[in-house]
Parts: sequence; C-alpha cells; structure tokens
Amino acid sequence: MLEIVNLHAEVNGKEILRGINLSVKAGEVHAIMGPNGSGKSTLSAVLAGHPAFTVTQGSVTFNGKDLLAMPAEERSRAGLFLSFQYPVEIPGVSMVNFMRAAVNEHRKYKGQDPLTAGEFLKLMRAKKDIVELDNKLANRSVNEGFSGGEKKRNEIFQMAMLEPCLSILDETDSGLDIDALRIVANGVNQLKTPQNASIVITHYQRLLDYIVPDIVHILYKGRIVKTAGRELVAVLEEKGYDWIKQEVGE
Amino acid sequence: MIHDGYIALFRENEALFQQNLPVWRKQMRNDAVVSLQNQNKATFADAYALDYGLNPQRLPFKGNPFSLFMCDIPGITTYNYLVLNDSFYAQPNLPALPAGVVICSLAQAFVQHADLLQPYISQLALQNPDVALNQLLAQDGMFLYVPDGVQLERPIQLVNMMYGTVDMMAVSHNVAIIGENAKAQVLVCDHAYGSEVSYLSNRLTQVFVGKNATYEHYKLESSSEKTTNVSTLQITQQEGSQVLSNLITLANGQTHNRVEVNLNGKGAHLSINGLGLGHNTERIENHTFINHNVDGATSNELFKYVLDYQAECDFYGLIKVLPDAQQTQAFQINRNLCLSKTARMFTRPQLEIYADDVKCNHGSTVGQLDENALFYMRARGIDPDEARMLLMFAFVHDVLDNVRIEPLKDRLQLLIERRLRGDKTHCNGCKICR
Ligand SMILES: Nc1ncnc2c1ncn2[C@@H]1O[C@H](COP(=O)(O)OP(=O)(O)O)[C@@H](O)[C@H]1O
Ligand SMILES: [Mg+2]
Repeated sequence: MLEIVNLHAEVNGKEILRGINLSVKAGEVHAIMGPNGSGKSTLSAVLAGHPAFTVTQGSVTFNGKDLLAMPAEERSRAGLFLSFQYPVEIPGVSMVNFMRAAVNEHRKYKGQDPLTAGEFLKLMRAKKDIVELDNKLANRSVNEGFSGGEKKRNEIFQMAMLEPCLSILDETDSGLDIDALRIVANGVNQLKTPQNASIVITHYQRLLDYIVPDIVHILYKGRIVKTAGRELVAVLEEKGYDWIKQEVGE
Repeated sequence: MIHDGYIALFRENEALFQQNLPVWRKQMRNDAVVSLQNQNKATFADAYALDYGLNPQRLPFKGNPFSLFMCDIPGITTYNYLVLNDSFYAQPNLPALPAGVVICSLAQAFVQHADLLQPYISQLALQNPDVALNQLLAQDGMFLYVPDGVQLERPIQLVNMMYGTVDMMAVSHNVAIIGENAKAQVLVCDHAYGSEVSYLSNRLTQVFVGKNATYEHYKLESSSEKTTNVSTLQITQQEGSQVLSNLITLANGQTHNRVEVNLNGKGAHLSINGLGLGHNTERIENHTFINHNVDGATSNELFKYVLDYQAECDFYGLIKVLPDAQQTQAFQINRNLCLSKTARMFTRPQLEIYADDVKCNHGSTVGQLDENALFYMRARGIDPDEARMLLMFAFVHDVLDNVRIEPLKDRLQLLIERRLRGDKTHCNGCKICR
C-alpha cells in the first residue's frame, strides 16, 4: 500500500529526514517510535503534503501512485489520513461545515453525489458515537475551545468520517488521560479492517497496549535505525532510548 | 473642481437652489458658502478634485425610475423608495403607512413640514467640507418621520442610484426623525449604473432617535469602480434608545463613510458594525466618531475588512468619553485580513476618555489567512480555494451576526460569498447591471 524509498526531506534548509525506507501493507499496524526531535512529525507532515517541507531525494508510492506528486488535498481524497499531533483551531468554521466540505470532496473524487443535509447529519451522528464525542461539539468551531482530549477524539472522529485507507496517527496519545486514551484506541480499533492500515507514531508504550502493532520501527535522527516485531516495544520500555543511541554508536 | 467652482455654480443657479425653501434653510446655504470659503484649498477632499457635472435643473427621469432597479431579496417586503441621482421617488402603489408616519421627498418636506424640520436641521454644523458642500448643493432626499410609539414592522428601503451617460455628480440629504418608543429599520443601498461613467455622490443622512426608540440603519454599497461615494451619517440618540448601524461595502470605487454618533441620553446603546471587501484598486474608508456625552450609555463597534489585489482601505475610529459620561462602556474592534502583499490597510483606533469610571477598550489587527488552518483543511481533502473561502467567511461572519433582518442576512451571505469568490456582487434585481 505504502512504499517509502530513501526519503530525504528538509525544512528551512535543514535536513530532517535522512533516508527513510518503509513498506506498509494492507491490514498492518506499524508503530514508529523514537525520542523527541527524531523526525516523526516531519515524516507524517511530508507524507500528508505539508508545503513547509521539501523532499530532496527518494520516492513514496501510495496504492501504485506517486504520492509526492499529489497536492495535500488529493492525498487525503486518495485515502491518506493524518491525525495531527497539534490539531488546528479554526474559529468561525463550524465542525459541520468543515466535515461536510471534506466528506463531499471525498465523494466527488470517488464519483459519488454529495450527501444531502439529512444523510450527512445521520452519518455524523453515527460516527460521533465511535469516539463518544459530545453532540454539542458538532455545532462549535473546529477545535476551538476543545480540551486536549476532545481535540484528539475529534481527529479520530474525522478519520471515522473519511474512512481512510492509510491513517497516520501522530502522537494521538499525548496529553490524554487513561479514559480518553481507551476511547481513542477503541475508536481506532473499531475502524480497523483487513483492507486498511495504520502508522501509529508515539514515544510511549502506553498507547501500544491498546493498539497492538504488527511491526515496530525506531526513528532516530531522521533514519529508521531498527525494525522488529511488537516485542521491541517492551525492550524500549525497559531500556529507554539511550540503548538505541549506543546501538547506533553514539 | 475646487470649492470656488462649486460656489460659483451655486451662485449661477441660486434661484433654483433656493426655491421653495424656508428662510433658515436658505441661510444655511449661505453659511455653507462661508464654510467652503474657509476651507484650505489644499486639503479640500481629493474626491472633489475632478470636474463632474452637476445637474441643478434636476430634470425628471423619463419613464418609471423603478424599472431601473427591483430589489429581489427573497422574502423581504419593504417600503421602497429611490433617490435617483439627486431626486426622490416613491414607488407607486405602496401599501399604506401606519397612521402619522411620513415618508416623502425632503424638498416637499421643506414646504409641508418646515417647522417640524427646523429644530433638527438648523443645528447642523457646517465646518466639515463634505457636509458644507452637501448643504450648499443638496436639493432633495428622503424625509422619514415616525411619530411617538409607532413601530414600523416592515423595513424601509432607500436605493441611491447613480445613473447617467456622462460623468456626473449628485448630492442628496436624508432626514429621519424617530419618535419616542418608536421603531424603524432603514436599508440604504448604493448602486451605480454601468462601468464607463464616473460618478461622484455626496450624501448626508441625519437620524434623530427619540427616547427608548429602536432604530436600525443598514448601508450597503455595490456600485462601480468609477464611483466615488462620500457619505456622512449622523445619529443622535436620546435616553434608552437602541441603535444598530451596519455599513457594508461589497463593491465600489472610492468610498468615504463618515459616521458621527452622539449618545445624549442615559441607557442609550449603539451597536455599529462594518464590513469592507476591497478588490482591485478599490478604496474603502470608514471613519467613525462616537461621542459619549452623558453617563450610562454603551457602544459596541466592530469593523472588518478583507483586502485583495491593490485595495487600499482605511479605518479611523474615535470614541470620546466626556467628563460627565461616567459608567460608560465603549468597545471598539477593527480586524483586517490582507490577502495580497500589494493591498494596504491603514487603521487608527482612538480613545479619548475624560471620565474616570468607565469601561473602554479598543483593538486592531491586520493579518493574513492562517496557513496552518489552510493546511489542516487541505489535509482533510478540502480544495484550497474552498478552504480559503471557509476561512474568509469565518472571518466576516460575526459582522453578519449583527444583521437583524433575516432575508437581508441570507442575501448578504450570498453576495459576500460571491464577492469573496471574485464574482461581481451586484444584486440580481439590479436590471441595469446584468
Ligand atoms: N518548521 C520547522 N523549522 C525548523 N525546524 C523544524 C521545523 N519542524 C521541525 N523542525 C526540526 O526538525 C526536527 C524533527 O522534528 P519533529 O519531526 O517534530 O520530531 P518528532 O516529531 O520526532 O519529535 C527537530 O529538530 C525540529 O526542531
Ligand atoms: Mg512530533
């Protein structure tokens, strides 16, 4: 589904990703772990098409298409979803209008008619339940005044609405208490199918107790320095990231 | 033309300008001459520099002037009036007005209601050159009188239409007297015919709002790039009166709006809002002067601008709280969105406070569209143009919240959206613009 080959990217002239290789197949859950500043969010931003980052080398193929050639909105329509580490507040744009615009763009891409107002509200109601999102939030501005937990649940709600093929969850666990964490993880697990895949980015083990990864990668200084099965999570938890630093010879 | 030119024009046609006027109004014309003579030639508004032709004869329009414009705001029923260039017309077959309400030509009012008008109009200060020029040359306009206790359920719509085949200037003067406990809503639409002819309009509107009365004033401009529109709105509020004023400039050439509000009674409340959408080389100026002259009055001011291309916009807001005006609450906000590097915004919010027990604040910002929000929306599949629209709409939407005539609000949403998308915003009803 996703094939990343020797990906290099920079921001403001500074190289952050220094040769990433990663292959994700349908049905898989990948975890990317790594200390702060190692480039996890940069990788997700580059995949989502953030204009601030420049790819200098390498390729990314998504379902057979050249992902890097597509603008951000087209990547989303083609089935890529990024759950933001820091969801953006958009005062004055209601969740309903925002989501309706997004859903209908996705439908247009697939050659489907836009949803009627009634159908759309019905869909919203159904999907809200997945992350136990409050009814009132739908009428509020996007993320405005939402608590940290509400923002993260809102991300998963959007994911449920858009039914992506590949979702990248960037630190979706950060700032969540244990209840919220369970709700978010539950939502993600409910959305899992044999046809889709996810990349879960985190630097704690916590979330991975709930969302069990098939493959675990360690990202360090812009490179994937280690890839293993889910047992790697326990090793990391025990030894910390210093162990990785020693392994790569620092 | 410099002011000498206008004075000469007045002198040449003095008999015409002074016909059928009460003595005190004739005197005001002469006072206006003196005021203009005292103006500094160099600072006399740039707007008047060109020589537009004025038609002192005011030849009546041949045919039905209402065929030029038919407001098509769905669901709105108004009392419909027209000031075509410089002359007032009432739509034929209007439904009867409530007892005692007068809506007529100001020229006619000077003949029929001179004594009623005198205490209001004769007090007019003529130092301001725009006002002086208006009082030198204005021959007509709308007169509205709502007696004590009468509530007009239906809005009054006044369409100011500039219409000509050669460059021209038009001057008009409107007066509204709203009695105690009375209620009225006035929607003023400024339009212009065609895109080739240059127009200059100078319009003065005086509104006197009685004790505990409610008054709403909407001024909506959708004119042409070659239109210069100078308009002065003066509002005087008595005790407990509630006034809402909205100035919305959708499409224009050069617009100078000056609003002066005197809060003269305890418990008077003013909500004044404005929106300017500046495109191309449009120029939109809103200058507001809010005077808290007595204690216990409140005012709330919100002006927003969206500027694109080489638009140049200007906001000046002065709130003055006089020494006796304790317990004043006055808030002023000006926010601006600059979409292009070549657009320019000038903003000068000012507070002058001479009382100590007051709550006042003001703020002003100039910014761009939030890039993070744009990316967030694109990352959900939303088209960048659509995302920009949503953000621009979010930016202006609180001005619309202050529009209390629902059909007008719906129509404005549509017109604003069209304008933000770069379409012409002329109302569909304006046959001549189609
Ligand atoms: N917009 C930016 N400008 C400059 N440096 C950046 C920018 N974004 C991220 N970086 C730098 O890139 C590195 C990786 O950041 P990030 O991808 O956020 O790491 P992680 O998500 O793994 O904590 C850090 O050193 C960070 O300071
Ligand atoms: Mg990060």
